[in-house]
Amino acid sequence: MADTHQGETRRDFLYIATAAVGAVGAASAVWPFVDQMNPAADVLALASIEFDTATVTEGMAVTVKWRGKPVFVRHRTPDEIEKARAVPLADLPDPAADATRALKPEQLIVVGVCTHLGCVPLGQKPSDPRGDYGGWFCPCHGSHYDTAGRIRKGPAPKNLVVPDYQYVSDTVVRIG
Amino acid sequence: MAAKFENSIVRWIDHRLPIFTFMHHELHEYPTPKNLNYWWNFGSLAGIALVIMLISGITLAMHYTPHVDYAFDSVERIMRDVNYGWLIRYIHMNGASFFFIVVYIHIFRGLYFGSYKAPRELLWMLGVVIMLLMMATAFMGYVLPWGQMSFWGATVITNLFSAIPVVGESIVTWLWGGFAVDNPTLNRFFSLHYLLPFVIIGVVVLHLVALHRFGSNNPLGVDIKSAKDQIPFHPYYTVKDAFGLGVFLIVFSAVVFFAPNFFGEPDNYIPANPLVTPAHIVPEWYFLPFYAILRSIPDKLGGVLFMFGSIAVLFILPWLDRSPVRSGQFRPIFKIFFWILVVDVVALTYFGGKPAEGWYVIGSRFATAYYFIHFLLVLPLLSIFETPRQLPKSISEPVLGGGAGLAGAATAPRENDR
Repeated sequence: MADTHQGETRRDFLYIATAAVGAVGAASAVWPFVDQMNPAADVLALASIEFDTATVTEGMAVTVKWRGKPVFVRHRTPDEIEKARAVPLADLPDPAADATRALKPEQLIVVGVCTHLGCVPLGQKPSDPRGDYGGWFCPCHGSHYDTAGRIRKGPAPKNLVVPDYQYVSDTVVRIG
Repeated sequence: MAAKFENSIVRWIDHRLPIFTFMHHELHEYPTPKNLNYWWNFGSLAGIALVIMLISGITLAMHYTPHVDYAFDSVERIMRDVNYGWLIRYIHMNGASFFFIVVYIHIFRGLYFGSYKAPRELLWMLGVVIMLLMMATAFMGYVLPWGQMSFWGATVITNLFSAIPVVGESIVTWLWGGFAVDNPTLNRFFSLHYLLPFVIIGVVVLHLVALHRFGSNNPLGVDIKSAKDQIPFHPYYTVKDAFGLGVFLIVFSAVVFFAPNFFGEPDNYIPANPLVTPAHIVPEWYFLPFYAILRSIPDKLGGVLFMFGSIAVLFILPWLDRSPVRSGQFRPIFKIFFWILVVDVVALTYFGGKPAEGWYVIGSRFATAYYFIHFLLVLPLLSIFETPRQLPKSISEPVLGGGAGLAGAATAPRENDR
């Protein structure tokens, strides 16, 4: 009796071991088919651009394309910087001090993609509506961004993203 | 069991592959309630709409190029140069709208006559799965012409997944195959748009297997009690469905030939531009109620959850509405709320197509609130507090009278009986 019982336990172990190895095998076979949908090497290779900010004079805004997305470069006026700095952090849905938003206060560089559902906010052209806070306004679902690209009103949860960038010379900036 | 066939070739085949027995069983012996009204046409119409979409879609794929540089032009080439390309594309484009019209009517039919109640819960849930698959298919199909609405619709909808905490951004990148909607996205959408209709066929087969287990519900919502209550599906309902199909095709053709862009957005005839969002993004009309729900919640994750919740609530509907009476005809209070729901969904459709500002936002919030209140509060409470009217003893009774002679042919005698 005890002998039979022992035999069953060994057989159970074999079942479980076989199933476990099979499951691991199946999972590792599935992974390539999942991962093939992630960005390919050539897509990742297009990751950085250089841009001369000297072409953007005070009060002007320029849109450049980076990783298939628009990047807003805005040369802020002293008044706009002042407005962005005057806001208490407690009033912001996604608190960030103006100083953390730009390497050089007058050159604001943000990814021009609304953090709600990915539309491109208006506010780059002088004729565009800039929303209630003088920055950008997203027409899709009504998000208002301020002069530091921070979300102030509307459904977007986060500030416009500041991409990784550095100044390679006095005026030339490398994004990415 | 096996039917007797006169033709000896049919007999020979049927003995080895019982396909004729199967058809005889499912079409002729299959008991169908004899009182089905025209609202019951929309099930078979949906099946036919699926076939129309498959044939026109496979044909379009022979001429379409899924590449960001060529997609828009290849669609324009279909419209201008390919023989009858304009016709096939307009059939496919408007076919999607008509497919949704038919399916939405089919769903509201089920809601009114309680077709989701025991023992048809799985039949209903499979139907909801089909609707979800249809939505995914329609969404990806709309991206393929690569116009402005295609591009920005794809951007907004895929961004819904970025609302998922922690892994959201990675999921969106994975869906895109890049850092924005681009060529990899278009390629995979084309692949999946071709695949999903065949998945739909699979679920439709399950839907039919579940349907034929207990047969169709009917306007009275009482089960078939005797042979007097039923008629064979063929020829009685095949001919009724064929008549309905004729009417459907007249309306469909009228739109295809005389107003082919009625349901469309002019902005989608502008090639996609990743740097400029159109001032007013709207999805196709059949997504508007869900879009209105999404926008009415002033929080990103909340909006996404409520939007998916509006469909999830349909999955559990059989357990929300516990009233043992199926048909809305015998539920005086339910009937009122049913029509409020219809108006509510129409209102959501309207608000979804308007810009998110002013009183449109307030209106869509009320409409969203009622949608959930209807399913989560009204239906459970009605199951407890509503007193339904007297049900007829059988399907035949209201017409033939319960042995009480000529009780009149109209609907009134139902209450007098028993």
